[in-house]
Amino acid sequence: MSTGPLVEAKGLAKTFPARTGWFGSSGPGVRAVDGVDLTVHAGETVGLVGESGSGKSTLGRLLIRLIEPGAGTVRFDGTDLLALAPGPLRRMRRRFQIVFQDSHGALNPRMKVGTLVAEPLAIHGIGAGRAERRERAAGLLEEVGLDRGALDKYPHEFSGGQRQRIGLARAIACQPEFVVADEPVSSLDPSVQAQIVNLMAELQERRGLAYLFIAHDLRLVRHVARRVAVMYLGKIVEEAGTDELYSRPLHPYTKALLEAAPRRDPQAPRARVLPGEPPSPVRPPSGCRFHPRCPVAEAVCSREEPKLLAIGSERLVACHLVAGVVSSSAAD
Amino acid sequence: MPPLLSIEGLDVRYDSPRGDVRAVDGLDLVLEAGETYALVGESGCGKTATAYATLRLVEPGRIAGGRILFQGRDLMALSEKEMRRVRGAGIGFAFQEPGAALNPVMKIGTQVGESLRIHRGLSRKEAWREAVRLLTAVSLPDPERQASSYPHELSGGMKQRVMLAIALSCRPALLIADEPTSALDVTIQAQILDLLRKLKADYNLTVLLITHDFGVVAEVADRVGVMYAGRLVEEATARELFADPKHPYTRALLRAMPEEGDDGRGKRLRALPGNAPDPVVPPPGCRFHPRCPDVFAPCAGIEPANLVLSGGRRVACHLHAPESR
Repeated sequence: MSTGPLVEAKGLAKTFPARTGWFGSSGPGVRAVDGVDLTVHAGETVGLVGESGSGKSTLGRLLIRLIEPGAGTVRFDGTDLLALAPGPLRRMRRRFQIVFQDSHGALNPRMKVGTLVAEPLAIHGIGAGRAERRERAAGLLEEVGLDRGALDKYPHEFSGGQRQRIGLARAIACQPEFVVADEPVSSLDPSVQAQIVNLMAELQERRGLAYLFIAHDLRLVRHVARRVAVMYLGKIVEEAGTDELYSRPLHPYTKALLEAAPRRDPQAPRARVLPGEPPSPVRPPSGCRFHPRCPVAEAVCSREEPKLLAIGSERLVACHLVAGVVSSSAAD
Repeated sequence: MPPLLSIEGLDVRYDSPRGDVRAVDGLDLVLEAGETYALVGESGCGKTATAYATLRLVEPGRIAGGRILFQGRDLMALSEKEMRRVRGAGIGFAFQEPGAALNPVMKIGTQVGESLRIHRGLSRKEAWREAVRLLTAVSLPDPERQASSYPHELSGGMKQRVMLAIALSCRPALLIADEPTSALDVTIQAQILDLLRKLKADYNLTVLLITHDFGVVAEVADRVGVMYAGRLVEEATARELFADPKHPYTRALLRAMPEEGDDGRGKRLRALPGNAPDPVVPPPGCRFHPRCPDVFAPCAGIEPANLVLSGGRRVACHLHAPESR
């Protein structure tokens, strides 16, 4: 085992074909993820935030090779995932998993919960036989707070929160080191969200899991993550330690996102509203992709694409203005 | 002046193989003209059923009891034809999923103008012109061109703007908005809430907002009703509710979410244990008692009365009953 990062992505890109025209002639394609670097260390939680179409879910899937990238590399514990042949890749898959937002759609409605949770064990040849795997499934269900009576029920007999527990039991069945959690609590009621977030924290402590926690609820991300990456139209625009990012956001989009999140205080001043909507990822704007909505954009922003630059040791920002301020203050 | 909307003892029932689902159970609610009232609660608490009951649209369920007075008129006594007029011109409705509520094969402008033609007898041309004006009022970019587009050509935020234009087309006195921002991204949600505040002022509206999001409540509501398992458990001004929630359920809900600035270090969220109760066989006594951190002797046996506290706020909880203090 190497001592480097658990997951290390470099230059990841993915373009989905956009069907235009009646006969399926492809247009330029949707650049869902466009040159992203991301690192996740063993046992840590990295938050990934952004709005619909920012590419955050696609990035999560690329990291575990659920979809094939158009460019870039992903290393898992030092091994190049994209170079692996099908056999070794399948064996490697034990070590990373994904949990989906829609626990209803993610669980086969015709399979009993016991079978669903034992399925990954069977696929990876863990456990001596059906009976032993069933016992393991019962143990996993217990670990996520469900009793063994759940084994013989179907997913529809459970509430949304309980189904997400089943999804987690399935995800941890093969003792993965890394779990991509794609909006795991977004469709749940607030009181149930807290239960699932706490459960995920318990599993992390007990099993040393690393999470990529994909979400749009910034407050929740602050609670769960130590480091956060903010995506806009296929690119990471800012990445920083959670405390730095929330107390001193540098990218204008990060600032706008934090300001737009409703405060639970009727007397708080109303947030400044960011105008416009994210443009289509089929034809992203020139230069900085955020410039048409950016309250502080200057001429250079529509011409040149800003690079993701290190500001200090713990932060990356892709913004001409931030880079300008930092370089001029460094020159002083 | 009588209140704009007054709901008294509303019961909404749905059939199920196991018996009646008591979606709304004895709800009393009064909306004064000009206020924004948020009805908050989690899935299945009856907030959406209450909204639909106000329009008498609860099928396949039924309104099993109670009265709904709108502008002094008893809606339960109206004929279906009269009720259609109320739905078009008296009460506007914006749905949670405008994508599903809009007709996919009809131009936006035609849809916005449709009820103007029905209720106000405008010609096709006049209705179109008025539709463009309404689309301008909801800040749809490039309204003249967009009026000729179809719903699938619009983003979620744009569709919600169109939905609001339709809801407001016949100048209703009351706007009911069912989770109008739940499906939207945060920056778009902020835009729509901003628009809602603006429209409320411009059109002199009273708003009944259905939501599960206390952030949204804090942004726009004057008063708040919290529902649990078909009942209104607490009602207060937004300011009072956030500063001093009285019902243990309200407190638990507000506590369960991370606070501003919660960096999570070594901390767990204060989750509310358990699940929402069975709506067919709700727990006896207070419906929240099996999950309540403050449960005591009377809660399991006696249903708490709706107490009116100082300042007119209401709470249905034994903790606040005079005899238990």
